Amino acid sequence: MSVGFIMLCHTAFDRAEQVARYWAERDCPVVIHVDRRVGADRAEGFRAALAGLPNVAFGPRFACEWGTWGMVAATQAAAELMLARFPDVRHVYLASGACLPLRPVEELQRYLDQRPHTDFIESVTTEDVTWTVGGLDAERFTLRFPFAWKRHRKLFDRYVRLQRRVGYRRRIPKGLVPHMGSQWWCLTRQTLSAILEDPRRPVFDRYFRRVWIPDESYFQSMVRLYSRNVESRSLTLSKFDFQGKPHMFYDDHLQLLRRSDCFVARKIWPQAERLYRTFLAPDHAGSAMAEPNPGKIDRLFAKAVERRTRGRPGPYMQSRCPNENWENGRTAAPYSVFEGFTELFENFETWLAKSIGGRVHGHLFAPDRAHLAGEERVYNGALSDSAGLRDYDARAFLTNLIWNTRGERQCFQFGPADNQAVSWFMALDANAQISVISGAWAVPLFQSNVNFSEIRREAARLQKIEGEHLSILRTPHLKARVRVWTMADFVENPMEPLQAIVDEISPRTARRLTEAPRMVDLTGFGRFLQNLKNQGMQPHLMGDFPVGEDPQEPPARHGRPYLVKGAR
Amino acid sequence: MGLWNSYRLRLKRRRWRLQALLKRRELTALADRTGRIGPQDILVFTTLRNERIRLPYFLSYYRALGVDHFLMVDNLSTDGSREYLAAQPDVSLWSAKGSYKAANFGVDWLNGLQMRHGHGHWVLVVDPDEFFIYPFCDTRPIRALTDWLDACEIRSFGAMLLDMYPKGSIRAQAYREGQDPFEIACWFDSGNYTIKRNHWMGNLWIQGGPRARTFFADAPGRAPALNKIPLVKWKRHYTYVSSTHMLLPRGLNHVYDEWGGEKTSGCLLHAKFLNTFAAKAEEELTRRQHYGASKEYIAYDSGLRDRDDLWCKWSEKYINWRQLEILGLMSKGNWA
Repeated sequence: MSVGFIMLCHTAFDRAEQVARYWAERDCPVVIHVDRRVGADRAEGFRAALAGLPNVAFGPRFACEWGTWGMVAATQAAAELMLARFPDVRHVYLASGACLPLRPVEELQRYLDQRPHTDFIESVTTEDVTWTVGGLDAERFTLRFPFAWKRHRKLFDRYVRLQRRVGYRRRIPKGLVPHMGSQWWCLTRQTLSAILEDPRRPVFDRYFRRVWIPDESYFQSMVRLYSRNVESRSLTLSKFDFQGKPHMFYDDHLQLLRRSDCFVARKIWPQAERLYRTFLAPDHAGSAMAEPNPGKIDRLFAKAVERRTRGRPGPYMQSRCPNENWENGRTAAPYSVFEGFTELFENFETWLAKSIGGRVHGHLFAPDRAHLAGEERVYNGALSDSAGLRDYDARAFLTNLIWNTRGERQCFQFGPADNQAVSWFMALDANAQISVISGAWAVPLFQSNVNFSEIRREAARLQKIEGEHLSILRTPHLKARVRVWTMADFVENPMEPLQAIVDEISPRTARRLTEAPRMVDLTGFGRFLQNLKNQGMQPHLMGDFPVGEDPQEPPARHGRPYLVKGAR
Repeated sequence: MGLWNSYRLRLKRRRWRLQALLKRRELTALADRTGRIGPQDILVFTTLRNERIRLPYFLSYYRALGVDHFLMVDNLSTDGSREYLAAQPDVSLWSAKGSYKAANFGVDWLNGLQMRHGHGHWVLVVDPDEFFIYPFCDTRPIRALTDWLDACEIRSFGAMLLDMYPKGSIRAQAYREGQDPFEIACWFDSGNYTIKRNHWMGNLWIQGGPRARTFFADAPGRAPALNKIPLVKWKRHYTYVSSTHMLLPRGLNHVYDEWGGEKTSGCLLHAKFLNTFAAKAEEELTRRQHYGASKEYIAYDSGLRDRDDLWCKWSEKYINWRQLEILGLMSKGNWA
């Protein structure tokens, strides 16, 4: 009892010949179908090359256009020839010219000998199919497809739409339940002959002739009528990408293929010399009775498809320039933006770095230059601190910084004096954690030594910018994690919000803050605001600071500020 | 895109093709071996001037990738480039008498040759200092890539220009003939690139890298473009518009995904910054034959006089294509 192979070939005949010879020399009959669209001389050369082998036969030729009946007709004819010419054959294995046996054929034979009545064919009902491209699954069986999908895509689509609109449905022959699956199967003589000798075969054939891609459904459906034991999987390792095109295997897949323990793989790149040499070598040994296990290859290709369709979160590059909101993450990793904190606390940046252990930058978008952590001139990824380069594309500066430093939390200061070009971008970025002490930009003005009229003008400018920024942060489309306090509120009780922010940045440490950052001296700040008001400006973002009632000095101004808190 | 725009682009493409036809008259064949080109051959098109020292490694690099034939235009070399190339069995060589600038920086000459010899072939257009790398280039020949692109019905393949530079003064190490230039210039900038979309032509405009960082910090808009589409399944009516930065018809410029995914892409390692560069910059300054009135060279010349070290502490040392993939400079896409 042996296994016979049907090979459907249309190109790379030298490789097909090698594989056919390999099987034939190991006592496995081979029936070959050559696409009728191949020129006579090439087909004849191929036939001549295999002429010396008595158990190789060539079937009648059909034109096999993709997705049409030709493939099935070719397979039927070749299968009939196989069953008639080689009575010893018990299993018939459908392969293509781009298939390559990965394990010695003796192992396949033994495997099949142990399962003499099993048909290996992937056969899934249309409701359960997930892989079809273009959304046509059940409709393959109920619509008509007179136009070639590859050549007349527009006509094809229009005709499908038209049929949907008028509610056209073909009738499925009685008793037939449409199934689909990989076209590469291995069936027993019993099942295959029952399909081919069925008295109703003309009915079924006439029906399937008009089904779209019948090579993925004819045998898959018919087998359900006759098989005693369907094992719904293909013995051929064949992966498809997101456009329904088969993945290719190359020399560098050698180890993966070897470890997959599959019997046959497709498609092999015709020039993968090392694969053909290794797997067709006479002394090539398999792994005895191992079950096929293509898990690793499945993962590899699934990842490739994922990369092509969703991409990695974060990078913008030459082959990935997502439209807005299609980024799969605007930035690569979470980061924190602090507004007004360095203004209100004297040593905020060092304090924060110590508390969270991440990287803390100054005002990255300051007008003079990007104040990178440690006042570096160049940063990860050779990102320059030049304001000119940064402002040329501020978004790219931010996304580059976050991408370049993946794995390390980035924090930076931001404020109304900075370039505001990234405001919207951050507000809509789920990775951004933005904490704002509104109005704190007034503190440096309060401490500054310039004429009051200039202070007044600058205060008006900054307040306007921050007001716009805050209204952006109130957008209903907000994705960022935003906290806003007025300066007056924050000064009342600085530790609780700080603790909340730090907890969110590094939730696992759950460290209680013991040391508070040192707040600047705000004595006279209320008076300062009143002076602004007296000059006709209305400072409102900082909250309420009554004149004369200076905020309580933080408890630890005279010594190290420790915080003692009870359980919340 | 409206009909009007399509029509304008079509006119533009016609004009470029006409120019190419006219400029083809400036070419004289010195060694025409195009009869040996087979129907499936992968072709390299190059224009050059005085690059003798680079040529041996250039040819051997692309031969090793599996390129079948080189079609080269020599613009009045005086250093023996011409004689060397004419003697190579897989090179067809033309000499161009006219001005490089008037021929749109060589584009017209090559467009003309591609029209005649490139039709139906995969065509790779590179300068002598550009080295094409693509996913799996260490294990798969370029034919594997083009076969896969054919199978996926992809017509053009993007490869960003990646400026490579040595550590220390670029004058410090002398490049020897036949040497791998990336033994010297093995550093690059990994994450300071900006991308803009050119909606009219549909291509991306990428800038950044060491040149923007050191020479163009005050005028980043003038920094050179790094986006390139060097590998195309050529058709007679295609035309490059500005170097290999963009093509017409504009669909060929669509080498990027807009819905979040990553298309497959490569890089052109740019071995410009070797000790040969300083001399070249001086020469080009007197010739004024380069893009934008040789602004680039003027900037380099003044920049290089005070500091000719492009290296910084965050420069990345080149290892292989996988490293560039991880850094997000190129992508395997769905090729696995």
